[in-house]
Amino acid sequence: MAVEPSALRRELIGFAGIVERNVYLIRRFAWWELAWFLYTVANTLTIVFIAKGIEHAGGKIDVNRATIVLLVGAVIWSYLGLIFEVVTETVAWERWEGTIEYTFMAPLSRPAHLLGMGAFAVVYGVLRTILLFGSVAVFLDISFDDPDFLAATLVIAVSSFSFIGIGMMTAVLPLISPEKGTQLGFIAQGLLLVVSGVYYDVSVLPQWMQWLSVVSPATYTLEGARSAILDGAGPAEVWDDIWPLLVIGAVAIPGGLAVFRRGERFAKQHGRLKRSG
Amino acid sequence: MSTSPAVSVDNLRKEFIRRDGKGRRRGRRRRVAALHDITFTMRRGECVAILGQNGSGKSTLVRLLSTLLIGDGGTAEVFGIDVSKRPRSVQRLVNRVSVEASFFKRMSPRENLSYSARFYGMMPGETRRRIPEILRMVGFPEDRSGEPMEDLSRGMQQKIALARALLTSPVLLLLDEPTTGLDPRSKLEVQAFIRTLRQQHDSTILLCTHDMAEAEALADRVGILHQGTLLCLAPPAEIRARYGAATLEQAFLNATGVSFEDEAAEQEAG
Repeated sequence: MAVEPSALRRELIGFAGIVERNVYLIRRFAWWELAWFLYTVANTLTIVFIAKGIEHAGGKIDVNRATIVLLVGAVIWSYLGLIFEVVTETVAWERWEGTIEYTFMAPLSRPAHLLGMGAFAVVYGVLRTILLFGSVAVFLDISFDDPDFLAATLVIAVSSFSFIGIGMMTAVLPLISPEKGTQLGFIAQGLLLVVSGVYYDVSVLPQWMQWLSVVSPATYTLEGARSAILDGAGPAEVWDDIWPLLVIGAVAIPGGLAVFRRGERFAKQHGRLKRSG
Repeated sequence: MSTSPAVSVDNLRKEFIRRDGKGRRRGRRRRVAALHDITFTMRRGECVAILGQNGSGKSTLVRLLSTLLIGDGGTAEVFGIDVSKRPRSVQRLVNRVSVEASFFKRMSPRENLSYSARFYGMMPGETRRRIPEILRMVGFPEDRSGEPMEDLSRGMQQKIALARALLTSPVLLLLDEPTTGLDPRSKLEVQAFIRTLRQQHDSTILLCTHDMAEAEALADRVGILHQGTLLCLAPPAEIRARYGAATLEQAFLNATGVSFEDEAAEQEAG
């Protein structure tokens, strides 16, 4: 489908407007962001010290490897969780601030709106994750044996699309149900956390959870990133984790947009597109 | 588009589904009509005021015209464009100021105006030039344009709401109780600004209000909307004559059988 240049330009300006707004918000809530960041550092440390704790309690464990497994899980979950939260809360933030009607009556296409949220989340998430990894590593005595950080970055970059798509699907929940939608978004995020093997191998899960782990993009992200960082797997060797992420992303983004469009139409038919809900 | 009226509404109908009671005691779902077959047109450059009590359907009408609702029957067109069939085209022509000046409260007026202008295709260079101009036009002190919105008075916030609407140069401006809750001075300032806007920018304005004096002072024609039905739409003098009343307030009382004071008393009792 051909898109006239002026229309495409308008979409790009609108997309930039979403990113610009979120940058202003981060700046205005800078102290909160700092508090959350320090909390995340502390939370990540409590997780990665579990490996040493097991050894201290008499367990036999490769502390270095286990620490890296936990570190990769905590840092990647922090990144993917941030993307998921930012996109999922697209509607919730607007409703909370009361701007929802002004944003949804503006000539801004929903792809530009939602992908703008996703793009902001990726850029902000990458910066925050680098800072988190660096801050936590200072406290740890770990050594990497020939890691391939480039391959790990590739896996994480590809997985971002899947999370943006799934985030779009859950972003519609507060639109349909102003009261329960945000809570359901948190439940969806919690479910992904449990089934994706963030801190353990998915093979330890009950069978029904293992079935769910197959469709969770986080499962492949964590497997791929751990192979690259712990075993030095290169881009070709992590392909088995990349292609499922590409498939999930290719389904999740158009699917997310379609679900959001349907939800928006439902909200407009039933009068749910308003600040008070 | 060139010969079409600014607004053309034909048998527009909107219903909402309501449930009686709350929680486990929620009762049956029932359909409640918010607008009953509303029909009217507005000329280009005209200002029409719609008077009505809370719940009369004023905001529903504004939200239908601004594409935030989809009607259940009839049609609504803005400059000849159907609002439900081509919402994006209508969105480029319309902006709105509502009773709540809704903004990201921690962000400054400049930031709020800047990002929202982007949704209407305005580049950063254009907003840097236009925002100070618009702020001067609405009488907002430029040295406060970097302060968080939450530190500004209601009157100041409402001026920024007007500025946000004007920044996108709408040809149809929907004002949904823009002066409700403002102190008398802020109210007069906003009203004076609406007058200037009509004179200088030739905008078409649909003003929904509780305020009879405001309607009479600003509008070419006044409509009375009662329980979702548009009882009349005519110049104020004609409405007074039709209902045998000396004032618009008396005409409203004669037309609807209730006054705004009755409504306030009902709300207090309820």
